[in-house]
Formats: sequence, C-alpha cells, structure tokens
Amino acid sequence: MYLSNIETIPGKEIVEFYGMVSGSTVRAKNVGRDIMATFKNIVGGELKGYTELLQESRNEATNRMIQEAKNYGANAIVNVRYATSSVAQGASELYVYGTAVKVEE
Amino acid sequence: MTNLLIFLGLLILGYFAGKSAEKNHYNRIKEKEKNLLNLPVVTVKKVLKEDKILKSELVTGSVVISIDYFKRIVAILINLFGGEVTSYESLIDRGRREAIIRMKEQAKGANIIINMRIQTSTISKSANNKNSVGSVEVLAYGTALWVSK
Repeated sequence: MYLSNIETIPGKEIVEFYGMVSGSTVRAKNVGRDIMATFKNIVGGELKGYTELLQESRNEATNRMIQEAKNYGANAIVNVRYATSSVAQGASELYVYGTAVKVEE
Repeated sequence: MTNLLIFLGLLILGYFAGKSAEKNHYNRIKEKEKNLLNLPVVTVKKVLKEDKILKSELVTGSVVISIDYFKRIVAILINLFGGEVTSYESLIDRGRREAIIRMKEQAKGANIIINMRIQTSTISKSANNKNSVGSVEVLAYGTALWVSK
C-alpha cells in the first residue's frame, strides 16, 4: 500500500478514485505510565511511555484506514492527514484520513 | 507547613533538574540536526520532475514532552498578568525539533521530504496541577522521496 500526504503518489499515475477512507482509535493512559509521567512532570523532559503509546495507537488507526482502502480494492492512499483530539479527561482520539485511489504499478 | 516544604522542594528540584535536562536535550537536538543537514525538509508539494522519483513513502515522527515544575509555576504566574510565556516557548520548540529529527531518521536514505506538516496537541493535564497544561504531543509528517541522480 502506497501512502503519501500530497495529492499524488510521486512517479505513479492515478487511474481510479474510490473515496475517503479513515481510521481512528481512542486510547486512555494507563496507571503505570501515569505514575512515571507524574515524576517526569516535576523535572520535565520526554514522556517515553506516552510517545510509544500514541505511536502504537496511530499505527493502529493507520492500519484500520489501510484495511478500509483494501476493501475498496485500492492500492494507495493519497492526501493522508492526521488529527488528535482529547475526547475526555485522560483519553485521546487519534484519527487519520485520506483518499483511496488506484495507481498504475 | 509540610505542604509548603514539599512545594519549595519540588520547585528547587524542578529548577535544577529541569534546567540541566533542557540543556542536555538542546545539545542532543543540535548534534542530531547537524548530522541530518543533508536531508532537506520542505513544506511545498512540487519540487522535482516526476520521472526522477524512484520511490516515495509517508514518514512520521512524534514526541510527547513535559515541562518541569518550576517553569510550570512561572507560567501560571505569568498567566495572572499576561505577557510572553517563555517557559512554554522552549518546551514546544524542543518538541518540534525533536519530532522533525525523528521523522528524518525514519526517512533513512531519502533525498528530500516534501509537504511537511506539524501538528501540536495537548495530551494530558498534569497529575499535580489540574488547571495547567502538563505535556504536549508534537507530530511531524511528510512524504519522503528517493530520487535518481
């Protein structure tokens, strides 16, 4: 599956458009990571646990989007955009969307 | 009394530990940026002729970064009077540069990254300060291109 965040897959020609595809996950933080984060909030710096957590969630959302595109018979997704929003206290939603297309191999 | 002592202790710990952590982080950022200078990142879409492109790939880099206790208190105080909140400026600056570095590292061997986008979001309120921003997430993403010479 080819992905890009511009209107085309560079070097390839789009032959068919299928429509918008998207994927999302809502994740809550877990207690262990929260305790570590509390310490880190005193001295500052990167919260590695959260970075990983969000990375995993984003991959999961992307996989869901790719699965949706596959169902259309697409082999590429163009104009991919990411969005993050906090739904409730302690939970954030990761959303990814794009346009499923078919490109010439 | 005990509360005040804990507060002061955290403030002092935050000031010294936070300051040295920030300095170290900036040193790491500067060194990595120097190593990655040969991979340009642009925010425009069309920079090359289509037939020169061998391969393209979506690359991302992200980081969740938190401010130290001292700077958070300073930010809260500035909030009362208004003005420039420098403690958050350096936090977000570190986050953005780190995210871009990670994105570049994912694009190993690529010649250029086009259409780079940066997105910042608050992910959590801090545990000990309900009203202030605890940490921010920065995500940088773009399309990496491999070009024939």
